[in-house]
Amino acid sequence: MEKRVIFKSTCLPWLLIAPQMAIILVFFFWPAGQALYQSVLSQDAFGTSTEFVGLENFKRLYNDASYLASFKTTAIFSLLVAVCGLSVALTLAVFADRIADVNKWAAGFYKTLLIWPYAVAPAVAGIVWLFMFAPSIGIVSYALRAVGFEWNHLLNGNHAMALIVLAAVWKQVSYNFLFFLAGLQSIPKSLIEAAAIDGAGPWRRFWSIVFPLLSPTTFFLLVINVVYAFFDTFAIVDASTHGGPGKETAILVYKVYYDGFKALDLGGSAAQSVVLMLIVIALTVVQFRYVEKKVQY
Amino acid sequence: MVEKRPALSFLSHLVLILGVLIVAFPVYVTFIASTQTSEQIVQNAPMSLTPGNNITESYKTALFGGTTQYGSKVSAVGRMLWVSFVTAMVIAIGKIIISLLSAFAVVYFRFPLKNLIFWMIFVTLMLPVEVRIGPTYEVVSSLGMLNSFAGLSVPLIASATATFLFRQFFLTVPDELVEAARIDGAGPMRFFKDVLLPLSTTSIAALFVIQFIYGWNQYLWPLLVTTHENMYPIVMGIKQMISGGDAATEWNVVMATAILAMLPPAAVVLLMQKWFVKGLVDTEK
Repeated sequence: MEKRVIFKSTCLPWLLIAPQMAIILVFFFWPAGQALYQSVLSQDAFGTSTEFVGLENFKRLYNDASYLASFKTTAIFSLLVAVCGLSVALTLAVFADRIADVNKWAAGFYKTLLIWPYAVAPAVAGIVWLFMFAPSIGIVSYALRAVGFEWNHLLNGNHAMALIVLAAVWKQVSYNFLFFLAGLQSIPKSLIEAAAIDGAGPWRRFWSIVFPLLSPTTFFLLVINVVYAFFDTFAIVDASTHGGPGKETAILVYKVYYDGFKALDLGGSAAQSVVLMLIVIALTVVQFRYVEKKVQY
Repeated sequence: MVEKRPALSFLSHLVLILGVLIVAFPVYVTFIASTQTSEQIVQNAPMSLTPGNNITESYKTALFGGTTQYGSKVSAVGRMLWVSFVTAMVIAIGKIIISLLSAFAVVYFRFPLKNLIFWMIFVTLMLPVEVRIGPTYEVVSSLGMLNSFAGLSVPLIASATATFLFRQFFLTVPDELVEAARIDGAGPMRFFKDVLLPLSTTSIAALFVIQFIYGWNQYLWPLLVTTHENMYPIVMGIKQMISGGDAATEWNVVMATAILAMLPPAAVVLLMQKWFVKGLVDTEK
């Protein structure tokens, strides 16, 4: 899309665009190039010798059982976060939408009380949930023990996974809720009324009309939640489980950080960065293709 | 409202109230813990769910630091709050300024390589800082920007979301306004300042909320570029309090810090709720 009327000037546009270009060149393209370059080098931990190794780093990743395990962990984690987050948020949004039809004030009240976790930093969310589930002092772990469930995320990998999923979902529900609510409110009321006249109850109306019409929002949120689980949850993992017990909750971004900054395997870490970049690009392409289809439809 | 179903209306309220309570529960526990002493929290597990009487003590220790009665040192959160605030403001305002300018250039001028530049900006949308931490760290350290406000904030300004939001908005501004401005003899910068900026205030407010929260909540990046305690943002400082090694964790102080870390962004969201919702929905579409 282009403007019909524009200004004419040869140097002004360059001046205007210079700050942004300077920042993205220095802090984006240079590092991204470095990541690509380093991913084909091998360096010892002291940085004294560097040699070109081609795709060796990638081969090593592919043969590294712990990297593949981290892939699996990330896949399970993001699937759980997306499915739990979306279903909880959709349930809340459907009921809030119903209330909004009758009582705008009450709906606004609930909305205000549901959206603020968006503002909570992931690291803080991780710490708060860690505090509630701490095996010795946590209030929830105590309650679980009272009903006969021995909770210990320091020993049990499944418990640790459940803990980071809970914290991640808690933080993301408000975001999903806002988008679902906006999506629900843009569905024409006439369609719902027509279905009601034909005798469809609320349950039937939801599954036959509302849910299919909501699918663009759902799909969009699915991609966003997967991206969120992949990249924005580092702080939750680092603050609550440190990737443990063992490596049971070490998601990919955590591993990039750990290998690069703790284990000082720069080549391996850079190769992992490149793999992550490819994943984000793939996700973005999927999203844009779908959005375009939606526009044509 | 399609039909009256009292039972369903009742259920709706019930579900939402439950939702609100569950969402609020962790923060309630955090707040209660911050009003007790760390002894009360650790020794009478489970801690009681009614406020204790240690609230001033907890927050004083958190804000100004000092030694607690068990001898563990707590660093002052007051300074961390300041660091977080400055970083978040620089990120939010910096992003808004550079993207207003570049969006103006991309929409209102025609210049060689425009498409290439547009795509270069577009690509940055795809790669969050998390996937290129190692190399970005090296760049920042070779520029001597470790442990500085510039190092904390400038690399995070390098993303294109804001540019795209303003571009979308500028494209909807009627061409007649440019024509009118030109007939009146206004140059491009005059048009930008007197016509475009006033029209964009809502978008700017919306973007400010989103970017302020984004900046405030950064964790991984500060973890890499800061090593001095006086440059820790609060979100990162709170984590350091827990992994204290041999010293016992002072949970009441940690929880007081958690509340302090949540308050500013939560206040921004609640006070600017209208723009926040608009900003979220607009940036993502």
